[in-house]
Amino acid sequence: MRLDILNHGYRPTTKLLFTLIRLFSGHPVPDAAKLVFYRPDFYGARAKEFTHEAMRGPSAWSVGDRELMAAYVSKVNESAFCVAAHTATARRAYQDGPMVAAVLADLESAPVEEPLRATLRMLGKLTAEGKLSPEDMRDVLSAGVSREQVKDALAVCVAFNTTSRLGDAFGFEVLSPEGFEAGAQYLLKRGYR
Amino acid sequence: MADEDKKRAAHRALVDRILNGEGRAPAEQRARAFGNDALSPPLDTLIGKVATRPAQITEADFAAAKASGFSEDQLFELVICAAVGQSARLYEAGLAALAEATANGEAG
Repeated sequence: MRLDILNHGYRPTTKLLFTLIRLFSGHPVPDAAKLVFYRPDFYGARAKEFTHEAMRGPSAWSVGDRELMAAYVSKVNESAFCVAAHTATARRAYQDGPMVAAVLADLESAPVEEPLRATLRMLGKLTAEGKLSPEDMRDVLSAGVSREQVKDALAVCVAFNTTSRLGDAFGFEVLSPEGFEAGAQYLLKRGYR
Repeated sequence: MADEDKKRAAHRALVDRILNGEGRAPAEQRARAFGNDALSPPLDTLIGKVATRPAQITEADFAAAKASGFSEDQLFELVICAAVGQSARLYEAGLAALAEATANGEAG
C-alpha cells in the first residue's frame, strides 16, 4: 500500500495474526482487511460495525443483492480491488456468475428484477454525480422499492463509497482470482466484523 | 425502524470518532479534509482526488503531501476523513431526495 505504516506498522500481535491467516488460508491477508487493523480505534473498529450492519444487518435486500450493490458502486468509482472482491462475493452469494457479470457489463439489459435495477441505477447516479433529484427517487419507489429498502441500499452505497475510495487512495493490491474467492468465502461466512 | 436507526447510528459513530476523537492531525484539519474544503497545496490535490476522482490518485500525490511535512499517520487520518466525508455527503443527498420524493405522499 502507498503508506509504509499500512504495510509494516502493525502491532506484533497483529503481525502474528496476519501470518497465521496466511498459513491457514493459503492466501495473504487482503489489504482491505489489513487497513481496519491499523490503529483500529481511529477507523477500523467503527468502520467494521457500520459496514457489517449495512451488508449483513436485517434488510429486505438479500446478501447477494447488497454485495452486487457494493460491486456496482465500486465499478462507478473504478476501484479495481473492490469490484473484484464484491463481484466474487455476489457471484458466490447468488450462485449465479453470469447474472452478476451481466449487471456490471450493462445494467439496462441485465436479467434482474426491476426493483434491483432501479436501485442500482440510482446508486450509480448518486456515486457518479454526488446528487439525486426527488424524481430519481420517485422512479425507484415506483419500481416497487420500499422506503426502507432505499435507506438500506443507501447505507451499502455509503459503506462502499468509503472503502472503494480508500482502496484507490491507499492502493489496495489486486489479488489472484483464488485470493478473491477465498475472501468471498470468508465474507459470506463471517461478514465484515 | 430500529434496524435502520442502527445503520445510521453506526455511521454517525464513525463520523464522530474521526472528526472529534483523538488524532495525529489537528481536528480542524480533519474537518477540512472531511469537507474537501479550504486545504492548502499540495494536500488539497490528494484530498480532492479522494473525494471526487479516487482512481486518479498516484504515489506522487502522497509524496508531495509528505514532502510538505505531513506524517504517514496524519495522511492516514486525512485520507480517511476525505473518504468518509464524501460518502457522508452522498448519504445526506440520498436521504434528502428520498424525503422530498415521499413528502407529498406521491410514492412509497
